[in-house]
Amino acid sequence: MGLGPFSSFMTGTWLEATVVAVVAGVVGFFVVVRGAAFAAHAIPQGAFTGAAGAALAGVSTLAGVGTFSLLAVAAMARWGRRARHDVVTALILVGLLGLGSLFLSMSSQYSEQTFSLLFGEPLAVSTAQVIPSASIGVACLVLVATIYRRLLLASVAPELVAARGVSPERVESWFLLSLGAATTLALPVVGALLVFSLMIGPASAARSLARQPLSAVALSVGLALLTVWASIVAAFYSNWPLGFFVGTLGVFWYLLGRGVQLRAARSLATAPGGAGGPASGRSLGPGPRRGSG
Amino acid sequence: MPAIVTALRSLRASQDEAVRLGAGSSSVLSVRGLSVQLGGREVLHDVSFELGAGELTGLIGSNGAGKTTLLRALLGLQAVSAGTVTLSGRRERAAVGYVPQKVGLDPDLPVRARDLVALGIDGQRLGVGLRSAARRERVEALLQSVGASHLADARVGALSGGEQQRVLIAHALASSPKLLLLDEPLANLDLRSTQETVTLLATLARSRGMAVLVATHDINPLLPFMGRVVYLAEGRAASGTTDEVVRSDVLSALYGHHVDVLHAHGRVIVSVSDQHHDGPGQGWGPEPRGEALVGGPGGQEAPGEQQAPEGCDLAPDDCTDDAPQAWQP
Ligand SMILES: Nc1ncnc2c1ncn2[C@@H]1O[C@H](COP(=O)(O)OP(=O)(O)OP(=O)(O)O)[C@@H](O)[C@H]1O
Ligand SMILES: [Mg+2]
Repeated sequence: MGLGPFSSFMTGTWLEATVVAVVAGVVGFFVVVRGAAFAAHAIPQGAFTGAAGAALAGVSTLAGVGTFSLLAVAAMARWGRRARHDVVTALILVGLLGLGSLFLSMSSQYSEQTFSLLFGEPLAVSTAQVIPSASIGVACLVLVATIYRRLLLASVAPELVAARGVSPERVESWFLLSLGAATTLALPVVGALLVFSLMIGPASAARSLARQPLSAVALSVGLALLTVWASIVAAFYSNWPLGFFVGTLGVFWYLLGRGVQLRAARSLATAPGGAGGPASGRSLGPGPRRGSG
Repeated sequence: MPAIVTALRSLRASQDEAVRLGAGSSSVLSVRGLSVQLGGREVLHDVSFELGAGELTGLIGSNGAGKTTLLRALLGLQAVSAGTVTLSGRRERAAVGYVPQKVGLDPDLPVRARDLVALGIDGQRLGVGLRSAARRERVEALLQSVGASHLADARVGALSGGEQQRVLIAHALASSPKLLLLDEPLANLDLRSTQETVTLLATLARSRGMAVLVATHDINPLLPFMGRVVYLAEGRAASGTTDEVVRSDVLSALYGHHVDVLHAHGRVIVSVSDQHHDGPGQGWGPEPRGEALVGGPGGQEAPGEQQAPEGCDLAPDDCTDDAPQAWQP
C-alpha cells in the first residue's frame, strides 16, 4: 500500500503538474480573451513534430518540443500580420504535421515514448526533471506579467494600444512566445492533443464567471490546478490516460461557466424592475437599450 | 478648371496668411501640406489646417474621403508622403487621445468600464500595475466627467454603443491629452445620444482647454457647437469657420464641380451632383439625402443656393418636429 498517488515517488509529478497548471491558467486566459484558441491548438500539434524529431535524433524531448514551438510561433508572428491569421496558422500546422508524419515513419520502431506525447504521461516525473520546466514556467510568467497591461488593452481593441505608441503586432508576438513556452511545458505532461483543453476550459469558465481581469486570471489558474490535480488522482487509480480527464474537465468547466452566466442573466431579466446592471436612470428614450446578451 | 484652381489657391493662401482661430484660442495642432499615399493612390493631398485649444472642430467627409487616414496620420500610425504635423507643447504620445471608429468589443470580456479607463491612465506601461486609492479616485472622476459613473462596474462589451462611446472617451481622456481625436463617434447613435455626445465633447473641450477633432459624415449634429471645420473631398481639404467653408463656391472648388449648399430648419444640406463624374456613388457629399434636391433628372426642382426649402417633402428626415429644437445647446 506504499505507492498511493500521494507517495513521495509522485512528488515530481505533482510539482510538474502544478507548474503546468499555473502557466496554462495564466496564458490560457489571454488565449480565450484574444480568440487565439486555434493558435493554442496548432502550436502543440506542431511541437509534437519536434518530439518525434527529437526521438529520431536522440536528443531530449523538451529540446525538440521547445524548438518546434518556437518555430511555429515565429512563423505565426512573421506571416500572421499580413495575411489572415487563421489561414496562416492552418498552413503552419499542416506543414509541421506533414514533417511529423515523416519523422514518425522514419523512426525504426514505433516509439512508445512518442505516442505517449500525444495523450500525456505524467506519472513518472522525477524531481530533477521539474527544474527545467519550472525555469521555463517562471520565465513565461515573468513575460506575461511584464506585458500584462498592454496585452490586456490590445485584447480589448488593438487600435487602443496602437494609439498609445505601442505596436499591437509586437504585443501579439510576445504573447505568442508565452504561448510557445506554455506549450513546451505542458505538452509532455498532458499530451499534444490536450494541451489546449487545459488552456481553454478553465480560462473560458473564468471569463464567464469573473467580472474583472485579474480575478479572471486567478480563477483560471485555480480551475486549471483543480483540473490537473483531480486528473492525476483519477488517472492513477483508473489507469486511464490523464488527457481523458483533463479534456473532460475542460468541457465541464466551460459548461459550468456558461450555465452560471445564463442563470444570472435570466434571474436579472425576471427581477422586478428588470435591473439589468446599472440602469440609465432616465425614463426617456426608446425603451431598454441593452439586450440581455 | 483654372477657376477651380484659383479658388483653391486663394483659399489656401488666406489660411496661410492668418491662422484664424477663435479669439483667444491658441493653436494646439498645426498640419501643413500633408499628403498620404495608400495602395499607390494619393488619398490625401496637400491638407493644411490648425486646431485651437478649447475648440471643437468637425472633420467632415463622405465614406472613403480619408477621415480615418487623416486621424491615423495625426497619431503617427500612418506614414505620410509629404507635409508636417506639429503638436504644440508636450511632444509625447500621451498628449493625443484617440477614440477609434467601430471598436468591436467582446461582450464576454471580463473587463469593466473602470478597468478600461484605468488602462487609459497607464495601459502602455510595463508590469501588472498596482491598484491604489488615488488611481481609483482618478478613474471615478474620469467616468463622472463623461457622465458614466453608473456604468463603472458593467462589462464594457455588454454596454450599448452610446455607453461604450462614453467609456472610450473617458479612456482617451485619462492621459490628460491636449488633443482628442474621435473617429465617427456619432455613428449608430440615436438623436438624443448624438446630441448628448456632442454637448459632452464641446463641454470637455472648453473645460479642459483641449482641441477636439470629430470625424463624421454628417455635419449637422456638430453645427451648434463647432467653431471650425475641416472638410475633406477628392483627397483635398478646405478648412476655416463653418461659414467660410460650408459654402457653394468653396465646396464646388473642393469637389471640382458644382455643389449646392442648402440651409433648412437650421440644418445644412450639401448636395453634390455626380454628373461630371465617372461612376455612380462617387463624389456624393456627406449628405446623400441631398441628392433629391439637385442634379440628375429632377434638377429643375432644385431651389437656389442658400435658400431654405419651404416644404418638408424634400428631406423628410429633417422634418420631424423635434429635430430643429433638438439642436439647441
Ligand atoms: N490600406 C489601404 N490600401 C489602399 N487603400 C486604402 C487603404 N486604407 C484605406 N484606403 C483607401 O483610402 C481611402 C480613405 O479611406 P478612409 O478609411 O480614410 O476613409 P474614411 O473617410 O474614414 O471613410 P469612412 O467614412 O467610410 O470611415 C478610401 O478610398 C480607401 O479605399
Ligand atoms: Mg473611417
